[in-house]
Amino acid sequence: MQTFLIILILLLGFYIVIQIAKANDLMAIIRGEEKSRKQSNKISAYMLLGFLIVGLFGVYWTHHTLGDKVLKFGSAASDHGILVDEMIKYTLIITGIVFFITQILLFWYSFKYRESDERKSYYFPHNNKLELIWTSVPAIVLAILIVFGLITWYKITGAAPKDSMLVEITGSQFKWEFRYPGNDGILGKKYYKNIDLANDNPLGQIWDDAANHDDIYVSGEPMHLVVNKPVKLIIGAKDVVHSVGLPHFRLKMDAVPGTPTTIWFTPIKTTKQMQKETGNSDFVYEIACDQMCGAGHTGMRGEILVETQQEFDQWMKNKKPKWATIKKETTTTAGDQVSASTPAIPATN
Amino acid sequence: MQPEIASREVGHKEQHVHHHKETFITKYIFSTDHKMISKQFLVTGIIWALIGGLFSVLFRLQLGFPDHSFPILETVFGRWAEGGKIHAEFYYALITMHGTILIFFVLTAGLSGTFSNMLIPLQVGARDMASPFMNMLSYWFFFIASIIMFSSLFVQTGPASGGWTAYPPLSALGQASSGSKVGMDLWIISMALFVVSSLLGNLNYISTILNLRTKGMSMTRLPLTIWSFLFTAILGALAFPVLLSGLILLLFDRNLGTSFYLSDIFVAGQALSNEGGSAILFQHLFWFLGHPEVYIIILPTMGVVSEILAINARKPIFGYTAMIGSLLAICVLALFVWAHHMFVTGMNPFLGSVFVLLTLLIAVPSSIKVFNWLTTIWRGNIRFTPSMLYAIGFVSFFISGGLTGIWLGNSTIDIHLHDTMFNIAHFHLVMGVAAFFGMFAGVYHWFPKMFGRYMNNTLSYIHFWVTLAGAYLIFWPMHYQGMAGMPRRYLDKSMWVSFSQFHALDAMISVVTIIVFLAQILFVFNFFYSMYKGRRCRSINPWSATTLEWTTPINPGHGNWVGEIPEVKRWAYDYSKDGRDFILQTEGPGENESVH
Repeated sequence: MQTFLIILILLLGFYIVIQIAKANDLMAIIRGEEKSRKQSNKISAYMLLGFLIVGLFGVYWTHHTLGDKVLKFGSAASDHGILVDEMIKYTLIITGIVFFITQILLFWYSFKYRESDERKSYYFPHNNKLELIWTSVPAIVLAILIVFGLITWYKITGAAPKDSMLVEITGSQFKWEFRYPGNDGILGKKYYKNIDLANDNPLGQIWDDAANHDDIYVSGEPMHLVVNKPVKLIIGAKDVVHSVGLPHFRLKMDAVPGTPTTIWFTPIKTTKQMQKETGNSDFVYEIACDQMCGAGHTGMRGEILVETQQEFDQWMKNKKPKWATIKKETTTTAGDQVSASTPAIPATN
Repeated sequence: MQPEIASREVGHKEQHVHHHKETFITKYIFSTDHKMISKQFLVTGIIWALIGGLFSVLFRLQLGFPDHSFPILETVFGRWAEGGKIHAEFYYALITMHGTILIFFVLTAGLSGTFSNMLIPLQVGARDMASPFMNMLSYWFFFIASIIMFSSLFVQTGPASGGWTAYPPLSALGQASSGSKVGMDLWIISMALFVVSSLLGNLNYISTILNLRTKGMSMTRLPLTIWSFLFTAILGALAFPVLLSGLILLLFDRNLGTSFYLSDIFVAGQALSNEGGSAILFQHLFWFLGHPEVYIIILPTMGVVSEILAINARKPIFGYTAMIGSLLAICVLALFVWAHHMFVTGMNPFLGSVFVLLTLLIAVPSSIKVFNWLTTIWRGNIRFTPSMLYAIGFVSFFISGGLTGIWLGNSTIDIHLHDTMFNIAHFHLVMGVAAFFGMFAGVYHWFPKMFGRYMNNTLSYIHFWVTLAGAYLIFWPMHYQGMAGMPRRYLDKSMWVSFSQFHALDAMISVVTIIVFLAQILFVFNFFYSMYKGRRCRSINPWSATTLEWTTPINPGHGNWVGEIPEVKRWAYDYSKDGRDFILQTEGPGENESVH
């Protein structure tokens, strides 16, 4: 009934608008096309001017109300994030200036040069000097942006420092799993055909590779990182393309099945620091999947906890490698489980 | 205006070139007349635009009111909207179809198909396309593609739901998403036929422009519309085949067990046997079309807008040669920037930096165009016909959306903003709304040529203002959502600590979307109503323009000109020259006058 009413009201609204429009156009013909055209021309010109003024105020007002809800410049929680923020800031200033100049000129000219009997259009087909100016000035400004952008780009994508900690992150529909390399600092090899959910091998680790024996598997809880310690993420996916989006660190990298990717960064603020800074005691670093991955895409959420080295060591101390539990099982039961989860094919990570 | 020209064209030679008899079928359905084909493309495009627009209203309902239940949705869509809430799979199908329909079926076929077909023969002075039959085939391939895409909406497992970009493995594996079952096959087949249609059209446009220009119509006398259609067609002809090859490989991966895009996949509890493929390969093939595609959409509207700004400011377009040069530059650069969609796929950083350089270079020809448009209206004598308003709106949106391209094209910033709502705001403004405004401008402006009638002015003004303000209200705030890192394609943000602060804003955007959609219905009504009942056009040249299409009769028959095709003696932009309001292209140079 309600829906029916809404549709009825809409139809009525349409009918009224259309009738008014028809009548208005008829009136224009009766009044004389030239005269009414001039009048509507005037109205349009003033409305364009009005739109400019309201629009400029709208830009200010939007910034006033929404400006607090975005990630502010300088609030980035990683060293690379600060570089990204800086780049955004300079680009915002430059594009902002161009935006205001061009939009104001567009609407102001439209208003100022509205049709009038006194004015004749100025025949002005070209002017090489002017065209040279607005070819070269944008080219120079863009060159500056390109150079600064690429300097930052190479810093961010450059090689990770030697002492970075290593964390592997694997996406699958619709969760994130993490793996730490353990004491040897090496992530053991894995092979996707070894993935065996029933026998506790969700990543497909190859147990023949001894580097796997101390690897710590973490899932269902946040990825723990150490503040001020560079971290290199080894990113992979099991099924479809996902993307590790880290808005507070201003970073993102796709997780592609079959093609491991990496990024590195240094978290510079602990979660607790961020909670204080944002005034939000519920604050957590979130991992957002940024590449559509299926029906559960919206809920593909992970968390990162940045803490001090001490807290991290405390947390890590209680972690047992997967191999420890697997070995225990295989010694108590028959040995066939080992062979079942051991591949004949050697594979690279 | 200038009745002597009318009489000169119509009066003298009563020799009809095309004498074939036309039945209803050859005139309205299997027509080879470029004007009828143009109208067929336009009407099909409008129907698709309504469907695609309706889809956006549906998913905005979910986005704006994630906690609210709309029982009517369940009534209409059944299990896809159980409990009056849009099911996730259905949501993704909606956004996928919204993108596919609007980008390909409306803003490529509906736009180029309409204006290239309508204007190329009329403005270069040809009786029809180089191959009218191929032209007809182009429409009918598009029609079949449309039918298949439309039917995919009704298959049991739903239409394709992997995004308009259809990235594998998601789009290759039925186990990963129900939209990747039959719906995806239909999507691929439909798109393949679409590419065929586009190629048939583009080859025709290119050969017509190069070969069928009338006497005196040198390339540098062509209106900018024709130049822009030429570059669009070249881009399409070069880029679309690559998409076709990519899609065929995807079809193989899906149905024949090949591994072009698949490797190391463990999905739905099972390890697949595919090894050695690369999911990124598809992205390269896709974006090799995907990026030129945005220029295929925006270039024709640039031409249309250049023409309309000049006519209504009663001034020549400023920097005609620079306008052509910038079109050429955009056309060339467009083919070498595709990987800027892939900065975060783990590609080689050096390769990334090359694409940054080439991408940001496009801003130079784009800014030349903007400044030239501004100079065109400077010191003009502007008539605000609705088409002029749409053209001004186009420039405004092109600036707003184009500038954020400088953000996203810079890989450093893209790392943060990639695949966020910022991206949505950027491309909707620059190629969605701007292209639509160009299209509205063109439809209004050439409506008298198509149907011999005018559209209703008042309705057009209402439609313009609601859409202008509405589009800014919808997309401007989305930049802020993106600056907060909010990813695109999330249907409910309530579980996220970082993205749940925009609840009220999302609701506001959704309400505005509905209003803007209703305004589009006004436009559609205006279009169809004016086709039959609009004010009759009594002048052969209602906008006092200089180009050749306004030398044909008000309702030109097949063959366009009665008698000989007029000869062209000057360029297309002699407005307000030597104290005369406008000088037709067919008029010879006066004494002591130097013509372009």
